[in-house]
Amino acid sequence: MLVIPTLLGLSLLLFLWVRSLPGGPATALLGERATPEAVAEINEAFGFNKPIVEQYFTYMQRLLTGDFGVSIETGRPVLQEFALRFPATIELTIVALIFAIGIGLPLGYVAAKYYGKAADHVSVVVSLIGITIPVFFLAFILKWVFAVQLGWFPPDGRQDSRIDATHFTGFWVLDGLLTGEYDAAWDAFTHLILPGIALGTIPLAIIVRITRASVLEVASADYVRTARAKGILERTIRDRFVLRNAMLPVVTTIGLQLGLLISGAVLTETVFAFSGIGRFLADAIFARDFPVLQGFILFIAVLYAIINLIVDLSYSLIDPRVRVQ
Amino acid sequence: MSASLPPAAGTAGTPGLPGAPGASKPASGGADHGSSLWGDAFARLRRNPQAIAGTIIVFLFVLVALLAPWLAPFGGEELPGQREIRPTVIPGIGDIAAYPLGLDRFGGDVLSKLIWGARASLVIGLVSTALGLAGGMFIGIIAGAFGGWVDNVLMRLVDILLSVPNLLLAVSIAAILGQGPLAIMIAIGASQVPIFARLLRSSMLQQRTADYVLAAQTLGLSRRTVTMSHVLPNSLGPVVVQGTLSLATAVIDAAALSFLGLGGGRPETAEWGRMLTYAQNDLAIAPQLAFLPGICIAITALGFTLFGEALRESLDPRGRR
Repeated sequence: MLVIPTLLGLSLLLFLWVRSLPGGPATALLGERATPEAVAEINEAFGFNKPIVEQYFTYMQRLLTGDFGVSIETGRPVLQEFALRFPATIELTIVALIFAIGIGLPLGYVAAKYYGKAADHVSVVVSLIGITIPVFFLAFILKWVFAVQLGWFPPDGRQDSRIDATHFTGFWVLDGLLTGEYDAAWDAFTHLILPGIALGTIPLAIIVRITRASVLEVASADYVRTARAKGILERTIRDRFVLRNAMLPVVTTIGLQLGLLISGAVLTETVFAFSGIGRFLADAIFARDFPVLQGFILFIAVLYAIINLIVDLSYSLIDPRVRVQ
Repeated sequence: MSASLPPAAGTAGTPGLPGAPGASKPASGGADHGSSLWGDAFARLRRNPQAIAGTIIVFLFVLVALLAPWLAPFGGEELPGQREIRPTVIPGIGDIAAYPLGLDRFGGDVLSKLIWGARASLVIGLVSTALGLAGGMFIGIIAGAFGGWVDNVLMRLVDILLSVPNLLLAVSIAAILGQGPLAIMIAIGASQVPIFARLLRSSMLQQRTADYVLAAQTLGLSRRTVTMSHVLPNSLGPVVVQGTLSLATAVIDAAALSFLGLGGGRPETAEWGRMLTYAQNDLAIAPQLAFLPGICIAITALGFTLFGEALRESLDPRGRR
């Protein structure tokens, strides 16, 4: 419900942001090497010399028709650039999430089950390291150990350039599977492993902690004790009583992590020279490509809103009590 | 159930700061007979191995940062080993006795730069967290004290800012301010404002309905007095915890912003994030250039996180036994 006002507010802030940049909006759009004629031309074309309220309405009109501006660096529409690179980041994010959830959930559960024992301490330490290690430093370590020293994984890129693969969806692993070029799919997949682990480590750490805390809380609930007293199988208690009830905060957290993953991708993709949306953004920061930055932040916020909506809807699947309300 | 006022409300803001190692001791005396929230918390902190480990790390870090001019063999921007550097050869750990941790690409002494880097990190962490804390508390107090439409407008603004990932927010602010250490500090501080504001506000709202507030109001105290000397001190717990954790975030974020090229200034500046950034070109011949500053960042962040989490646990009333 609050999504629309939030997005409207953010678009207003971004509008004001570009206008408060040093050198004014025309310089921000054209880059610092712009000639005065070009600046005047942009001011005329984009109406930067018109009253600010009128400018805002023009800007909103453009946004609503999907016009996020043009990248200074590439000269192509921002939205088109995103569409080109987003599939790569989605692939990476999926691998990161599978890593984070696949290891985080069991680790958190085991920690709660053996609360105060060795397994618990191990998981607490793992999650602490995961939270405090800088993403790009972890990326360095992974790259150096597993790519440079051991040579198990490729050090950078999305696919070996020697492979002649057909690309049509933008998802290179999927492309390989669909066209039957399994070696290409496998190669693209191996390129996802190291950056996926680097990107997934913070979410992994957070999922471990939330799962642990949530399971601990549920496990001491009265209905679990009752279930145990009734002699219900321990496995049934785990699956139907503890895990299911403990999942609600975990799902919320996973949803929240997705936004973090995209901004973490800025650092990870840079280290692994992985040409997704994150690296594009890092280049945009470097080149002060403001239309790209502006579009990206708005894009992330919309994505965030959509993810939150999905998380809200998934509550009713997990917890029938939510459905009644 | 003690909702009693903390006797040291004024000092309540300091435990997250580097004075902490000493601060835990004086409080222990009071914890036995009094049962103030903070006194109790410190008594429990002293028994928590996590807190002790965190305190030791933070203490060492602050010590190194403060004593940098005496500890470091060379100045932070000095390049004593310039002549030892070849395009494919960078002396590593133990290669030259005068430079125990080796040299970097520019000929700077790595040990000295790490030590001076601690100072840079401490300054960035403290200044940016202080800025975030001040801004967040200002908004939080106003929202929490006035409620109503003021609260609504401010919290919508905070919501909007929270919908942008922290690092991106910092990058956007740095874009307005330009490059350089000051811009980084302001950017990181400003990016933390929404979290502090949200925390303090919700904590204050919780306190506002407490009985002692009603009692104070019944006694005829002004709204300002009730807010500033009753509600606020009791609401600070979560904010202090977040402040400690923010020091960790600030150190990591500063490195990330440097890494993204927003650090400005000269490339040989003694700053952990900067050292890591320039190390990536030589990862194959001198991996230690990346590992050493990376480990420093991670350990410092670990220290603040350990301490902050232990503090959170010890302040949680459910943990009071």
